[in-house]
Formats: sequence, C-alpha cells, structure tokens
Amino acid sequence: MATPANRMFRRLEGLFCVYKPSGVHWKLVRDSIETNLLKGLNAAPRPPLPQEVRFLAHPVSETEAPKGLTLSAATVPALAQHPLVSGPEFQRVRVGVGHRLDAFSSGVLVLGVGNGNKALNDLYGTRVTRDYTLEGEFGTATDDFSHKGSVVERSTYGHITQDKLDKVLAMLEGANQKALLMYSKVDMRSQEAYEMAVHGLLGPEGKSQPILTGLRCVHFQPPNFTLEVQCLNETQRYLCKVVHEIGLELRSTAVCKGVRRTRDGPFTLRDALIHHQWTASDVTQAVRQYHSSKKNTRYSHKPIQTPACRPPEESTTTANEMELATKQEKVQ
Amino acid sequence: MQAAYKHKISMATSCAHLCLQCRSLLCSKKVASTWQYYTHVRHCIRVTQVPTKILDGSSIVKGTHKTNPAKQMQKQQVFCYSDFAAKHLATGAEENKDVEETSCADVVAFKSPMLPIRDAVLESQVSLDLDAAAEFSAFEVISDEEAVRISVPSAMPPASTSLRDYVDHSETLSKLVQLGVNLWKIEQRPNVGSMLLRLNFNADVAPRLLFLKEIGVEDSRFGYIITRNPFILTESLENLQSRVNYLKSKKFSSETVASMVSRAPYLLNFSVKRLDNRLGFYQQQLKLSDSNTRNIVARLPRLLCGSLEPVKENLKVCEMELGFKENEIQHIVIAVPKVLTADKRKLTKIFDFLHNIMKLPHNLIAKFPQVFNSKYLRIRERHMFLDYLGKAQYDPTLPNYISLDRLVSLPDEPFCNELALATLEDFYLFQKTL
Repeated sequence: MATPANRMFRRLEGLFCVYKPSGVHWKLVRDSIETNLLKGLNAAPRPPLPQEVRFLAHPVSETEAPKGLTLSAATVPALAQHPLVSGPEFQRVRVGVGHRLDAFSSGVLVLGVGNGNKALNDLYGTRVTRDYTLEGEFGTATDDFSHKGSVVERSTYGHITQDKLDKVLAMLEGANQKALLMYSKVDMRSQEAYEMAVHGLLGPEGKSQPILTGLRCVHFQPPNFTLEVQCLNETQRYLCKVVHEIGLELRSTAVCKGVRRTRDGPFTLRDALIHHQWTASDVTQAVRQYHSSKKNTRYSHKPIQTPACRPPEESTTTANEMELATKQEKVQ
Repeated sequence: MQAAYKHKISMATSCAHLCLQCRSLLCSKKVASTWQYYTHVRHCIRVTQVPTKILDGSSIVKGTHKTNPAKQMQKQQVFCYSDFAAKHLATGAEENKDVEETSCADVVAFKSPMLPIRDAVLESQVSLDLDAAAEFSAFEVISDEEAVRISVPSAMPPASTSLRDYVDHSETLSKLVQLGVNLWKIEQRPNVGSMLLRLNFNADVAPRLLFLKEIGVEDSRFGYIITRNPFILTESLENLQSRVNYLKSKKFSSETVASMVSRAPYLLNFSVKRLDNRLGFYQQQLKLSDSNTRNIVARLPRLLCGSLEPVKENLKVCEMELGFKENEIQHIVIAVPKVLTADKRKLTKIFDFLHNIMKLPHNLIAKFPQVFNSKYLRIRERHMFLDYLGKAQYDPTLPNYISLDRLVSLPDEPFCNELALATLEDFYLFQKTL
C-alpha cells in the first residue's frame, strides 16, 4: 500500500555511513539509528480510518410499544484500524552493519537499510580496502596494546628518529606485500599476474590474515606519532598490535592511543553522518547521495580492453575478463 | 418445485429403494431427534431471559435496550456483543446458535433423501418435518420484525491475542481509545487486556476519572495516565482518597498533588505506609528540611514510586567514589533530584572526565550539578573542541572563563557562536576527527 510512511521507507532503502564515536559499542549505534528511523517513519500521516455502516435503533421511551422497525443507518469509523489500537505502522526496520568497529575505535561505519542490506553483503564479499589513522605513543607497553590497558613495560625512546621509523615501516610494508602476493593465488611468473599487478588487482579473495597494503608515517613528534594505514581483512586489535610491534622493532615500546577509520571502500569521512544528524531526513539524503554516486561510477566506467589478453589460448580468459571488470568497478 | 425434485429423485433411486429405506430409518431418526432438539433449543432461547441488567447506558451497536419480549432474542445477542463479561451467556447463546445453524444445514441436507421416502412407512413423521422445514427456506418472504429477530453470527472471536478484535464491539474499549489510551501498548502486558474487557465504563472507569478530575488532573492527561498505569482503574476509591488525603496532610498543595499524579501515574497505587516510609527516608538520609523534601518530591514524584535500594547505592557512590561532602551532596540533590535515580556508571564516567581530564575541583562541580544530567559524549566533544581552540578555561577567577552549565545546556549553534567563537561546520568537522 502506498501510504506516506511506505513511500518514505522506499526512499530510505540503501547504504549510508555514519561516524561512530569512540567508547560506544557499534550495536548501540545501530539501535539508535533504527529508533530514529522508526520515529521518522511513524511520524508520517496515516491514511484515514475506514468507515463502517452500523444500524442503530432510535431511542424510544419504554412505555411505548414499538411499532414496526425504527432502525437508522449511520457510518461510524472502525476503531480497529486506529493507530492507538493497531500500533504504529512500522515496528521494525532492518538495519545492517558493514565492517564492524570495536568500542575503542572510532570512524566510518557503513550501515544498510531494508533492501540495501543485499548491497552490504556484496560489499562484505568483495575485496575493499579500508583506511585507518593510528595514533601511537612511545615509552609504554600494555597488555591489550592500547593506552587504557594495564602497563607491562616502560622504556626510553630518546634514540628514535624519523628515518629509523621510516625504515621500520618500509620493512613492514615489504613483508605485507609478500603476504599479499602469496595469497593472490596467481602464478607470479604469468602475464596474467602482471596485468593484475598493473591494475592493482592482486590480493586475497575471501578470508585471509590481515594484510596492510599501505603504511606511512604522517606525523612524528616523540613520544607521539601518527600512522596512516590501508589494509584488508583486519581487526582493530591487530592494528593496535602493529603499533606495539613497531615499538619493539625500534628497540623501545609503543602503545596505541587511537584507531580511527577514515575510509571503508567507497565511503569516506566526508559522507559520514555525526550523531546530531542521525535522523530519518538526513539518512534519506545520504542514501540518495549514495545512489547517485553509484549511478555515476557505473556510467563513467569503461570496460578495460587489455591488449595482452589472448582469448583463444587460455580457457578461463572470458571469466577473468568479467572478473577484472567487476573488480575494477568495486575497487573504485 | 418440490414435485419436480421428487420426480427426479424417485427416478434415480428406484432400484436402491430398499437400501434407502433402511438408511432412511436411521436418517430420519437422527433428523427427527435433531429437529426436536432444535425446537427445544429455540424454545429455550425464547424463554430464558437476561437475568441481570448490567448495562445501563446505550450500546453503540444497537441502541437502547427494550424489555419487549418480542425482541428478547435480539437483546441477548446485543448483550453478548457488547459485554465480554457475559461470556458464559454469550458462549451459551452462540452454542445454541451454532446448533441451530448446523441443524438447519442438516435439515436442508437431509431434505433430498427424505423426499423419495415420503412414499414410505414414516409418512406422518416425515410430513410433519417437511412442513416445519418449509418454514425455514432461504427464499421465503418474511416480515421485518422476523428479519430483525434473525440472529447474525458475531464476527468476534471467543479468544484473541489482541484487543483489535473487540474494540468495535466494546463500549469501554472504544471510549478508552477516544480518551487517548494506547491500547496497543498496554495489551502487551500480561492480563491487562482481559482486565480491561471485564471493566464496565459507567461503573468502574467513569468514577475514577471523575475522582482524578476532582483532584485537579487535566482531561488531556487521562490517556497518558491509564496507558502507563491501567491498574488505577481497579484500585478502590477509598484507597485513592485516603492516599490523596495523606499527601495533603503532609502539606502538599492540591495543584502539587495533581501534577505529581499526572507525572507519576503509579503514585496512587501505593499504600499510605509506603509513601510515608519514602518521605521519611528522604528527609532523614539527606537531612533536608520539610520544604526542601516537598520540593524535590514535587519535582520528581517517581522518587516515591520506585524502590529505595538504587537511591541508597547512588548516595554511597557520591559519598565514597566521587568524594563529595555531605553539604555538597545536599546541594546537588536539591538542584538536580534526578541524580538519585541516575545510572551509577554514567555518574562515575562523567565525574571521571570532569575531574581527571578537565581538571575541575569538587566544589566547582558541586556548584553546577546539571553536568550530571547531560550526555557524556556531549561534554567530551565540547571540551575537546574548546581545548583544540585553546579556550578550555573553567576557573572563575581567571579571564575568559567558561561556566559549566552553559557548556552543557546551550544548543550547538549558540555554543559555537558565543563560547567557542567558531562556526558550526568547524565543530562538525572537528567531531569527525575525535
């Protein structure tokens, strides 16, 4: 039925991202978004109550004997459809969460509403990288690698310089690149592997260990430093462990003070909604933006005609071509 | 029409006549017995009168009741529709109606085998049945009075999980909906739905609503009160009156009592002893004067409704964990009574941030207890923003002082313009960097 609430719900279906503040469990975020969406949907005007015809007898005084029929028809609203009796129009909205963020970290969290959850599943399945900003501090080591844990060790950090840190980061990046190639399941000596590497399509399909595809230091002021990371299949705890290991590599100790996700696939900080904007109207706008950007990428993308792909020889080439095209679309 | 029918059937079943005869003996016996039962039942319906007149007011379904014997059957059906309390009568009448309907159906079904047997031995019995059966054909023309007397099977199910099925038939429920009671919410509580159906609007609901009106509660609040506390409709009027008298004896003015009742709907369900116990506790534990106790109870009446254990724990937390002195706690409670029922973890979290990160001393926090009422995230974001801008100065003696109550209570726009001296967009962008 095309009630105003149903029309509003159609406009809400899709993906959008919010900025999750730190110290809050992701489930609370999802629940408060669902509550706000329900509030907005149920505030829409409802269709008027259906009228029923009832036969009411005329009030006749008791002394008079009734002569014949004295019934009159009257239309009365049927109260069974009243909102106070049948309840609100929408009692549940399916809001799904993309890649989860633990309570300590903050950043972009992708959510899907209604039919958008199917797109969320696809997003989960494809290989999308995520961007993080890690804040670290030298001099302490804790049991859970974050600054809120109990301290295990303290050390000096006066000997650490920028280039020593850069060397360690380069070494880590190399190790991760090797892991990436190992999980790609492509023969490294083939032309196909070269083509994939040129377009940046090497990588694991499905689950694998966390891989950092990019790592660099953006700010260095001992004892504090900030790293920018691009990674696949990670957990936030793994990233805190990376900071800890960097401290160990530099013959000191380090602890992670903050993990902030700045990008999840195509969703960046710019599109993220802060908690003041978690209302139905703002979410509708964000979903509309997502739909229009999806349309734009689809029309602007041209399938890549790689001259090196030799169709008749390799039997799996057509499948590979399709794979290439879809991967490019998703990675963009 | 009957002759043609008879002819057809006799032609078709001439060979199996004997078998039919045997069967017909049994059939007609059954039919006869059901028929007798049917006539007996009809007689019953006609004779049994409605013993008590529970309904005084007019039913919205079929107008006023009449004591006319000709309309007794109609009256009985009206009674079942509009008052669920007469369920036993209703099911009795419904059962009778069902039997009546099935027996009618049986009669109609048995009509065809009966016709060829008319020639058989049981002629007298059959002819009597047929004549009686002819009376109840569907195509017969009947007078208007008889039409009115025909029983219409009710669309109301005998048991249901929702009040939706009964609201159009019950006067009490429809009047409650018109008052603004949220039936959908209260029927989810166990047994409340059946309790409401058993109530009579004029005998149970109306006196209590009049009582509330006499105390001074506004009409628009009735819906809210009944939705939150449907059991106020089953509390006896003497008890309600005695509790109101008790509150007035403790020198609460009548407007205060009215506002307390409308904001804490469960208040009048508690015994005088319990109310007394609680008032005594707040007075002794917090060592407040009479007028101050009255003040905090009037502003937060649910203090008298809930259990005292969480309040005692909160007071212990304030004293031991947070380290406030007794006079500071008194001041906080008089300013923000909600602290007594707030979540302990939230209190500790907010205090931890205020004391350790914003570096505020106890006396300054005690001066502005509104900070305990606000969200932790709000305080954190605003403080970090001011810190980033270098404006986080909370000492009243130094220049550029920012008071805590303004920090917490101002909406986003005036906060940015007056306190932080930055734009709203900058504040939102900053929130994304935390």
